[in-house]
Amino acid sequence: MRWKTVDYAGWGRVHTATGEMARPERIAAVRAIVAEDPAPALGMRRSYGDACLNDEGRAIDMTRLDRILSFDDDSGLIHVEGGLQIGQLLKVFAPRGWLPPVMPGTGFATVGGGIAMDVHGKNHHGAGSFGQHVTEFTLMTPKGAKVVTPGKNAALFKATVGGLGQTGPIVSAKFRMLKAKGDVMVVTERRVSNWEDFLPLLDASDATYSVGWIDATATGEALGRGILEEAETGGGLVRPAKRGKRVPIDAPGFALSPGVVRAFNAAYWRKVPAKGRTVVKPIDDFFFPLDKIRDWNRLYGKAGFHQFQCVVPIAAAGVLRDMMEKIAKSGLASPLAVLKRMGDGRAGYMSFPMEGYTLALDFRNTVQAERLIEELENMTAGAGGRIYLAKDALSRPESVRAMYPEHGSWLKAVSKADPGKAYETDLVRRLKLRETQ
Amino acid sequence: MNQTWIILGGTSTIARAFARMVAIRGDSVVLAGRDMDELEKIAVDCGLRGAPRADSIAFDARDPASFTPIVDLAKAEQGTVSAAVFVGSMPAQEEIDADPSLVDGTIADSFTGPARFLTMLAPVLEERGTGTVVGVGSVAGDRGRLGNYVYGASKAGFHAYLSGLRNRLGRSGVHVVTVKPGTVDTAMTWGMEKLPFVAPPEKIAADILRAADRKKDIIYTPLIWWPIMTIIRAIPERIFKKLEI
Repeated sequence: MRWKTVDYAGWGRVHTATGEMARPERIAAVRAIVAEDPAPALGMRRSYGDACLNDEGRAIDMTRLDRILSFDDDSGLIHVEGGLQIGQLLKVFAPRGWLPPVMPGTGFATVGGGIAMDVHGKNHHGAGSFGQHVTEFTLMTPKGAKVVTPGKNAALFKATVGGLGQTGPIVSAKFRMLKAKGDVMVVTERRVSNWEDFLPLLDASDATYSVGWIDATATGEALGRGILEEAETGGGLVRPAKRGKRVPIDAPGFALSPGVVRAFNAAYWRKVPAKGRTVVKPIDDFFFPLDKIRDWNRLYGKAGFHQFQCVVPIAAAGVLRDMMEKIAKSGLASPLAVLKRMGDGRAGYMSFPMEGYTLALDFRNTVQAERLIEELENMTAGAGGRIYLAKDALSRPESVRAMYPEHGSWLKAVSKADPGKAYETDLVRRLKLRETQ
Repeated sequence: MNQTWIILGGTSTIARAFARMVAIRGDSVVLAGRDMDELEKIAVDCGLRGAPRADSIAFDARDPASFTPIVDLAKAEQGTVSAAVFVGSMPAQEEIDADPSLVDGTIADSFTGPARFLTMLAPVLEERGTGTVVGVGSVAGDRGRLGNYVYGASKAGFHAYLSGLRNRLGRSGVHVVTVKPGTVDTAMTWGMEKLPFVAPPEKIAADILRAADRKKDIIYTPLIWWPIMTIIRAIPERIFKKLEI
């Protein structure tokens, strides 16, 4: 296998790495690499921080292993290679009435990455996490391919799902697709005037897919105002979304300055009529709204940005309100703030989801933003919640340990699968996740 | 109208992208090559993405005995049959210099094997009076360069062969496209030093398909290689022989 020295970055572009990368096109090539000199497997590198980096080490780019290996029309059971992008899967199967069971906010995420982060989607409250739909996956080990099921290899399964790639490359996976009515989304959008109204609406929602967008710049009476989107799949003809607009250069610093963001958010909020509305959207427009703009991360300029995402238990919802207040007052928030009700579905020791509310926000990379994120993280910990490692770039070992109570079980299984720590990434080292104490 | 594509060198990066693309629009594919496991996986993938029929078959450019079953398969096919040739091998010029026997294999993979196969297939296509032959050459075939002139010579031979084949088959309604890709982001070029204008395989595949549909004769892909090669071809040999490009 040939290796190429590559400079790469997490999606937030704050952390970067330089290292040798292989890009196998056959599973046999992955076997050869792992037998000789195992290295962490990477997908489309949509993790925001350093979960997808191995600075000064080697890595395996899995994106060319993107084939569909089998599909059963009756049960919806599908077998795909780990590098297949979830959005591609949607594109191929939605016209035939099948959807990936769980879709994260970007369709560029791969199946392997989806497992390693145990991703959730807008249907988490009903459908659970991605890993819960996985019936089997194949890990590449120095001794060859190893088929792992939740029944036969429970510990290894739970250490791999949400396990940050620490058990080795996921070369293929089987999971069940969901039956859909058609390949469009019927979306009901409702204006929500403040935080006090938002949570009850999320709690009461019985839609299959739901998500709240929050204007994180609104203060006072309007604090926590936003738009609630509830959606179901539907049939009918909608013209496909126009894709492929690209952000050609790094935007200047003022592009997302507080004034611009405030104006944008106010306009966006008013776009939905006071009475609400129901619209029919192309399916990928609903699930992957930002994928329409390629390389949108460049909007934050050279310095990059952070995404903060936490989940807190239902009883601690008050803490979220305090967070919103702090964020609104800081004036640091970007247009993209998302609030969602989560179910308790999770499939791995280190999976992010817990029953409660999850809040996600972007911040341009500044010292003030880092300080604010630290405060938000402390508030999360105090509320018995946790932060999402797929997004994290700033956390510290102690706090993550406290947030992930099953870390010990994970570490035990991971140490067994990879005693040589060959799969450590920058995030794993930064958070000392592979160290006993 | 939908057709069946016989794709030689089916496991190559560009062939995979091309096979997937024609499968999605509803064409059938027969993937031919040496790694049967891999070909079968690609065939299954093409089938699941929309190809009404997707099969794999053994093909080795250096083993003409493997050609006959593929030609027979083309004969047995009901609808329009087209062929796309992606085979070729490019050992480093220094390796060839150290072991001159590599010359034969390089020429067999990139020129004589495909040429012999296409010569066997030609009457089948002529008889039907329809279909397309896509021959993937290389910008390296436009001029013998210090860096890879054995590979370049094979591709140059293949270009001349395709030109003649186009002249012949055009008379019976079969179209031949010569494709000259520049550097493509494939497993073959991964890790090579400083390559100019590297294009993703999906882009090359899309250009090839468009050229086949529009009955283009010769295409450079990406297009930037057309002016580049026009200039390189125009350099007098007296000067060219001293250059290292």
